[in-house]
Amino acid sequence: MAISRRRFLKITGATFGAVAATSAINPVIKGAKKIEEKTVKPVKGIVKIPTYCDICFWKCGAVAYLKDGKLWKIEGNPEDPLSKGRLCPRGTGGIGAHYDENRLKAPLLRKGSRGKEEFVQVTWDEALDFIARKMKKIKSDYGPESMVLFSHGVGGTFFKHLMKAYGTPNLTAPSFAQCRGPREIGFDLTYGDAIGSPERTDLKNAECIVLIGSHIGENMHNTQVQEFSAAVEKGASIIVVDPRFSVAASKAKYYLPIKPGTDIALLLAWMNVIVNEKLYDEEFINKYAFGFEQFKYEISKYTPEWAYIETTIEPELIRKTAREMARYKPATIVHPGRHTTWYGNDTQRSRAIALLNALMGNWGKKGGFYLPYKYEIPKYPYPPYPKPAREAADNPNHKYPFAEGEKLSTGLREATLTEKPYPIKGWFVYGTNLTQSLPNRKETIEAIQKLDLIVVVDVVPSEIAGWADVVLPESVYLERYDDLNTPLFREGFVSLRQPVVDSPHDQKPNWWIAKKLGEKLGLQKYFPWKNIEEYLDTRLKLAGLSLKELKKKGVIKAPEEPVYLDKNEDPEFYTPTGKIEFYSLQLKEKGFDPVPKYTRPEEPPAGYFRLLYGRAPVHTFSKTQSNKLLSDLMQENELWINADVARRMGIKNGEYVRLKNQDGIVSNKVKAKVTERIRTDCVFMVHGFGQQSKMYRKTFEKGASDSQLITRYKVDPIMGGTGMNVNFVTIEWEV
Amino acid sequence: MIEITTTRHNPLIDPSLHIWGWEIPVYLFLGGMVAGMMLISGYFMFSGRYKETNCSCYYLPIMSFILLSLGMFALFLDLEHKFYVWRLYTTFQITSPMSWGSWILILVYPILFANMLMRPHRLLLEKIPHVKKWHEYLHAHPLLIRNLGVVTMFFGAAIGLYTGVLLSSLGARPLWSSSILWMLFLVSGLSGAAAFVHVIAKNVYERELLAKADNGFLILELFIIAVFLIGLSSNSDVHAKAVDLLLIGKFASIFWVFVIGMGIVIPLFIQLLAVNHKIRHTPIAPLMVIIGGLILRFVIVAAGQYSHWYALTN
Amino acid sequence: MARFGMVIDTAKCVGCQDCVVACKTENNVPEGFCRDWIKTEVTGTFPTLHMEIRSERCNHCSDAPCVSACPTGASHYHDVGGIVLVDHEECIGCKACIASCPYDARFVHPEGYVDKCTFCVHRVEKGMDPACVSVCPTHCMHFGDLDDPDSEVNKLLNSRKHHALLPEAGTKPNIFYLT
Ligand SMILES: Nc1nc2c(c(=O)[nH]1)N[C@H]1C(S)=C(S)[C@@H](COP(=O)(O)OP(=O)(O)OC[C@H]3O[C@@H](n4cnc5c(=O)[nH]c(N)nc54)[C@H](O)[C@@H]3O)O[C@H]1N2
Ligand SMILES: Nc1nc2c(c(=O)[nH]1)N[C@H]1C(S)=C(S)[C@@H](COP(=O)(O)OP(=O)(O)OC[C@H]3O[C@@H](n4cnc5c(=O)[nH]c(N)nc54)[C@H](O)[C@@H]3O)O[C@H]1N2
Ligand code: SF4
Ligand code: SF4
Ligand code: SF4
Ligand code: SF4
Ligand code: SF4
Ligand SMILES: [Mo]
Repeated sequence: MAISRRRFLKITGATFGAVAATSAINPVIKGAKKIEEKTVKPVKGIVKIPTYCDICFWKCGAVAYLKDGKLWKIEGNPEDPLSKGRLCPRGTGGIGAHYDENRLKAPLLRKGSRGKEEFVQVTWDEALDFIARKMKKIKSDYGPESMVLFSHGVGGTFFKHLMKAYGTPNLTAPSFAQCRGPREIGFDLTYGDAIGSPERTDLKNAECIVLIGSHIGENMHNTQVQEFSAAVEKGASIIVVDPRFSVAASKAKYYLPIKPGTDIALLLAWMNVIVNEKLYDEEFINKYAFGFEQFKYEISKYTPEWAYIETTIEPELIRKTAREMARYKPATIVHPGRHTTWYGNDTQRSRAIALLNALMGNWGKKGGFYLPYKYEIPKYPYPPYPKPAREAADNPNHKYPFAEGEKLSTGLREATLTEKPYPIKGWFVYGTNLTQSLPNRKETIEAIQKLDLIVVVDVVPSEIAGWADVVLPESVYLERYDDLNTPLFREGFVSLRQPVVDSPHDQKPNWWIAKKLGEKLGLQKYFPWKNIEEYLDTRLKLAGLSLKELKKKGVIKAPEEPVYLDKNEDPEFYTPTGKIEFYSLQLKEKGFDPVPKYTRPEEPPAGYFRLLYGRAPVHTFSKTQSNKLLSDLMQENELWINADVARRMGIKNGEYVRLKNQDGIVSNKVKAKVTERIRTDCVFMVHGFGQQSKMYRKTFEKGASDSQLITRYKVDPIMGGTGMNVNFVTIEWEV
Repeated sequence: MIEITTTRHNPLIDPSLHIWGWEIPVYLFLGGMVAGMMLISGYFMFSGRYKETNCSCYYLPIMSFILLSLGMFALFLDLEHKFYVWRLYTTFQITSPMSWGSWILILVYPILFANMLMRPHRLLLEKIPHVKKWHEYLHAHPLLIRNLGVVTMFFGAAIGLYTGVLLSSLGARPLWSSSILWMLFLVSGLSGAAAFVHVIAKNVYERELLAKADNGFLILELFIIAVFLIGLSSNSDVHAKAVDLLLIGKFASIFWVFVIGMGIVIPLFIQLLAVNHKIRHTPIAPLMVIIGGLILRFVIVAAGQYSHWYALTN
Repeated sequence: MARFGMVIDTAKCVGCQDCVVACKTENNVPEGFCRDWIKTEVTGTFPTLHMEIRSERCNHCSDAPCVSACPTGASHYHDVGGIVLVDHEECIGCKACIASCPYDARFVHPEGYVDKCTFCVHRVEKGMDPACVSVCPTHCMHFGDLDDPDSEVNKLLNSRKHHALLPEAGTKPNIFYLT
């Protein structure tokens, strides 16, 4: 039975009653039955259940409250080192995910052509049989490597496991080549170690914090915000470099309104001043630096006067801020940023940041980069995975020589498009909205058209779900177990996600889906556990803990370990030279600048603005827009435009405009925010809005999508990250 | 440059206050009319001229009764929690003009009934013996009529005062925070009531008298409006900004055209000609006065809600 | 007698609205309404700007015009700490209190009565902080007794520059903003 888009809208939006009604036509909607079957009386009064948050990837420990059996609110778990009892606004609003009216309710099978958003409801058995059949065929026709898993977040654990068992090395997420990749590689090339998530930045003890675009306070990664504010309270000197007067900038002693894309020039000039004036930590550099003399020679030409022309930052301000940083060393930290895929030269910018930090001698020091540790919980004793016959397809011939650690999402998209180095025929997409998170959605869509199978596991009919062959509705985080959280942090701990409420319809948790699909694929030996409780308990028992205990506490801490170096302790650097590489032979060998160099970014043509984007505190990317608690605080995004420019162009505050980019793509209408808080050469909008999935009613074309306008991206030649701040837009009036 | 943004978007509150629609202005207008009517009828009773001015003393009480009830009904319609309306009368809140008002309005009813005894409807006279008795008793005691006149005037003034104080006590709205708003509403009520008699009175003497009185009230009203605006303007910048709303801002056209022009100046001009026998009396002028009075309440209520302490920074 | 109030550090507040969401879940504030909100004031011209971010709500004024305007006594000072409350059962929805509040802190609840911040009296009476205070990730909000010279709120007021909102409106607000 074909269900048209209209029909589908009804189904996804329908309340339980309406779903029950459709079950006459389609008697296999389990959700309907499930609710009827529910006979357990809800507990009267208030019940508290610890879990951890999933509204972003920070994984804050939380406590959910039920009132008379109904989900009431969620608070931070005071025992949790990440949240310290306080969630961020998204976490606090997390219960809205459970109540979201736009939720997917049952598995869907595509009827019309891809992207038409025409589906029929099927049973889980039918859906998983269909997927298993297709995956088996792909395996036999092309080999298991022709399946790709895009998966973001801890919920993907069991799909990663499934795909490895199936035999593909192609597992990826947009959190590397579109996010942290350049930073991790830049630091790895310099210190032989990455920054990680949560970042190992000792913000709360820093006396001077330098933020280069990191818009903490809008970027609501909870612990970072808490620590930043603690530093502000203690009177830390804050230096913020941003073309936009961010919230963090409003807390700063020095605000540097940099011309977008010129940060490397500023970083070089800072280092020039610090080296010339001998303000760096000499002892630290003498002991641990490699190639400092070459570095010193290289940067001698980058005076503040030179940088002024590039960055528009006054030379005196550059000098003053350089001295300010030096004054507080080693308790000065230049934040490495997180979303660092800006201009395609991002690894080098990250390297410059790494080197500036090295001049402060802050590695392993209080107020610098602490040395994190974790609660070691053994992995589940699975049988070994089959070894893929072919290497991952994301980076053929090691075109990007330092694309290490994680796979390139955009590389796998390209492999799908070009069928090189080998054809990719299936995408399994878990918890990532690829049309929003990968640059140039046209390429994503073209790649999808080449597939034999695309499966999307989501909780709402997201944009990417509209392109799927099979859509699988997942239970939201409040309704399921997930794998343990044991991050590297300043305190080692293990935390548990556990169900707080039942799924309202026929949604299933990821582990169940993965196990069932695994069984249908003949991979049952990889799913020896009966259910996830058994899996978790096995892991915990191996560490001398138990699920029962963790269920009660939510968080258990590891014995404390030092996170700073002792006075006489030497840090270890896992670089080829064993030192901090101011001059990188690794880079030189592959034909890259051994010391970061500056190249001038392309200027926007006359009448165009550079399009910048970022976060709003109350939303996570494109995944919270239909959460009523959060959408109530922000329904749509705004276009930030400088007040002078707006006056000249006759744009009024609050008026709707459209953007047109250099490739003629026109955005949805978006409200102008006429403000002093941004430079004249760029505009800014919050990412995640303007989704074009018609079935995702609550979000449909609310605000404009930066992703839609990011048709151009500049690939970092070192590690394959996609610089996305390279698009130019003009403003058109809404007619 | 100062840039203010707020995340608040509460219905009826943002972007500017609009809790009161048509009901409250209508209520204030009707209250003002009743106040004026009671002052007029009370005055004639007090001065013993109730025989010459049969309209004022015989029609106005019943008119007041109807208008007051309509006004209270409008007020009731405005309440958001209607079924709790009785809560008004389980308490007396000394600081609340609205509480005063509710009680005054309740007390006014018996007075109006007493007034109506001056000349009850024929049917009542015939059907209810008590009415006939009281009616006769009243007319047998001119001093009682005099005293009733005083009480009527007193309560009329109280209602008029109340309709103004109701708004001016709400200091959060700069446009209303003027101590003479009550005078404006009272005089406007008087002119409306006079205009009303002017329209319906059959007695030429009474009509002329009230037209003349109305002209006086209108001139007085112009004067009070001027004092009201000047007084507010010189209070503070916030208040000056509020006055600007009427003079040059969002509400200026309605204010100048309907309130000042068509509500006061033009009818005043016509009525001046009429009382000087340059032209014949026309009901148009008094009707304009009455409608002008209604629009005055609308403008003051709407512009007052729009005015704000934050006006300077917004 | 206690006089409850808040001291909010604008130097630390990032305007994240966590306080707003927390209030909504804690107090079941209906969709589309809020008892607290964020106001941002930017002065100057780019790039020399000053920005103050404030988490605002009912000021629980000591001289509350909303209380004196209320004809039924629904709006009243609570015995505990002078918290200004609305008794839903007494409120007739005349909106005089809304018109009298210079901060626009009140609104008409869809069920007809007037609603606003309660200082989370149900929590405060148990010795807890209000929901918005206890959720704030920057720890920029402080709740306590302004009449107690040893309270944290008073210590903050004594040691830092601060201002209240619209003191010229004469309401004696009990929320103070550290600058
Ligand atoms: N244009 C542009 N692109 C960007 C960025 C940007 O700022 N601008 N940011 C980049 C960065 S830093 C990152 S980290 C990435 C993030 O990229 P993504 O991880 O793709 O982030 P979202 O867009 O939030 O997509 C998450 C998807 O998961 C779904 N989802 C939510 N909860 C669940 C769940 O419990 N189960 C399942 N199965 N699905 C769920 C949501 O509905 C949504 O469709 O994007 C990158 N791409
Ligand atoms: N509320 C909320 N918080 C989040 C997320 C979320 O979705 N919602 N996502 C999380 C994730 S995964 C990530 S990766 C982080 C991302 O957050 P961050 O790493 O902090 O920031 P970016 O997205 O890199 O950068 C956005 C800021 O950089 C500025 N900027 C743009 N171009 C330039 C430039 O050329 N030079 C300089 N110096 N600045 C520039 C912008 O004006 C903006 O202020 O946020 C995390 N926190
Ligand atoms: S930072 Fe916020 S959204 Fe992310 S996990 Fe923590 S509370 Fe949840
Ligand atoms: S939660 Fe705290 S930091 Fe966030 S807006 Fe509210 S007061 Fe400010
Ligand atoms: S802020 Fe407004 S509602 Fe709150 S006590 Fe003061 S006047 Fe009343
Ligand atoms: S709306 Fe309710 S609380 Fe407000 S003044 Fe009227 S009766 Fe009192
Ligand atoms: S004190 Fe309670 S009711 Fe008031 S704003 Fe804070 S959370 Fe809301
Ligand atoms: Mo990210």
